[in-house]
Amino acid sequence: METSFAITGKGYVIVAADTTSARSIIKMKSDEDKIKTLSPHLLMAYSGEPGDTVQFAEYVERNIRLYHIRNLYALRPSASAAWIRRALATSLRSRKPYSVNLLVGGYDTSEHTPHLYWIDYLGTMSEVPFGAHGYGAYFALSLLDRYHDPEAPLEEGLATLRRCIDEVSKRLVVTPGKYKVKIVDKDGVREVEL
Amino acid sequence: MSIMDQNGGSVIAMVGKDCVAIASDLRLGNQALGVSSNFQKIFPVTDRIYLGLPGLATDVTTLKERFRFRVNMYTIKEEREIEPETFAHLVSSTLYEHRFGPYFCEPVMAGLSKTPSGGYKPFIAATDLIGCLNFAKDFVVAGTASEKLFGVAEGLWEPDLEPEDLFETISQTLMNAVDRDAYSGWGCVVHVLTKDKVITRTLKGRMD
Repeated sequence: METSFAITGKGYVIVAADTTSARSIIKMKSDEDKIKTLSPHLLMAYSGEPGDTVQFAEYVERNIRLYHIRNLYALRPSASAAWIRRALATSLRSRKPYSVNLLVGGYDTSEHTPHLYWIDYLGTMSEVPFGAHGYGAYFALSLLDRYHDPEAPLEEGLATLRRCIDEVSKRLVVTPGKYKVKIVDKDGVREVEL
Repeated sequence: MSIMDQNGGSVIAMVGKDCVAIASDLRLGNQALGVSSNFQKIFPVTDRIYLGLPGLATDVTTLKERFRFRVNMYTIKEEREIEPETFAHLVSSTLYEHRFGPYFCEPVMAGLSKTPSGGYKPFIAATDLIGCLNFAKDFVVAGTASEKLFGVAEGLWEPDLEPEDLFETISQTLMNAVDRDAYSGWGCVVHVLTKDKVITRTLKGRMD
């Protein structure tokens, strides 16, 4: 089943999402990228109803890009998260709501702080030190309660993330095989291999 | 399972002697799964009004933004700050506008209203999710632990408590009530409003 994690550390946010694209019990694809780069210092991992996810993520991506083009500076992580939340909250009370869960991670270049927002399809938003969506959340959150350190350097953060992935692989029946991992820090966004 | 219990959380407000207190827990959950232990449900409206919004977390945020907008518009048009009684009716009518498709929140508000003699009178009120006002003289409760809060508050509250005693009473009431509720807890925040200052304290609670 779909799983995504994100953790903050000293000056960075790591966002990880599995790469399977499934339809019912069939794996259709195993190299799907479910983490979008919204602006130079902003990442968004999305999961949920197939179709809704890509449609909503592209809608968000283009609106954040439009703001950047119009104003010549990017929307800050807190403002971006608030805008995205509102889009989902409005959609919830429409005829056909988007069923999309998100993890929005970004680096605020004016305050020099990493931010992570946990957002679900209802429009519930919370700033968190670490977050997860999907069945993996039930294992990863308790593990992160024990091992997460907000002041940890990047190597330690990646080690903690690896522990999450290993725990999910060990205990969850329907385990995703591969994960895509992206990091956002003062230098921008980059992808890493675990 | 009710939509009002999706995220959990509870709020209580109490009247004291020339002061009021409002307190809430800090949990945000997704059914039984805890997501955040720092989810604020109480928001300052003016220097003398605090609003607590327990219920569905998406509507907590939406209503917080809506009330901020409406209070700002009121302040600009009237060129003065809104009084607690007026704000209570603003809350009520905002919720009733959505009578047949409501926001799933039960607001609790606490404030100090100006008297003609220049003093301040404690004010507390709560509404249901469609805006039916409840003005109480002692205390008001809302959220997933409301039944427990009623019980403990009934036992601990007494009239004319001084700010420090009111703080102790509301804290003990909230902490002991949320410990008996699986959907509330994970720490608390307490605000005590007096005529010249607001005392805000965060309490450590059981993390289970």
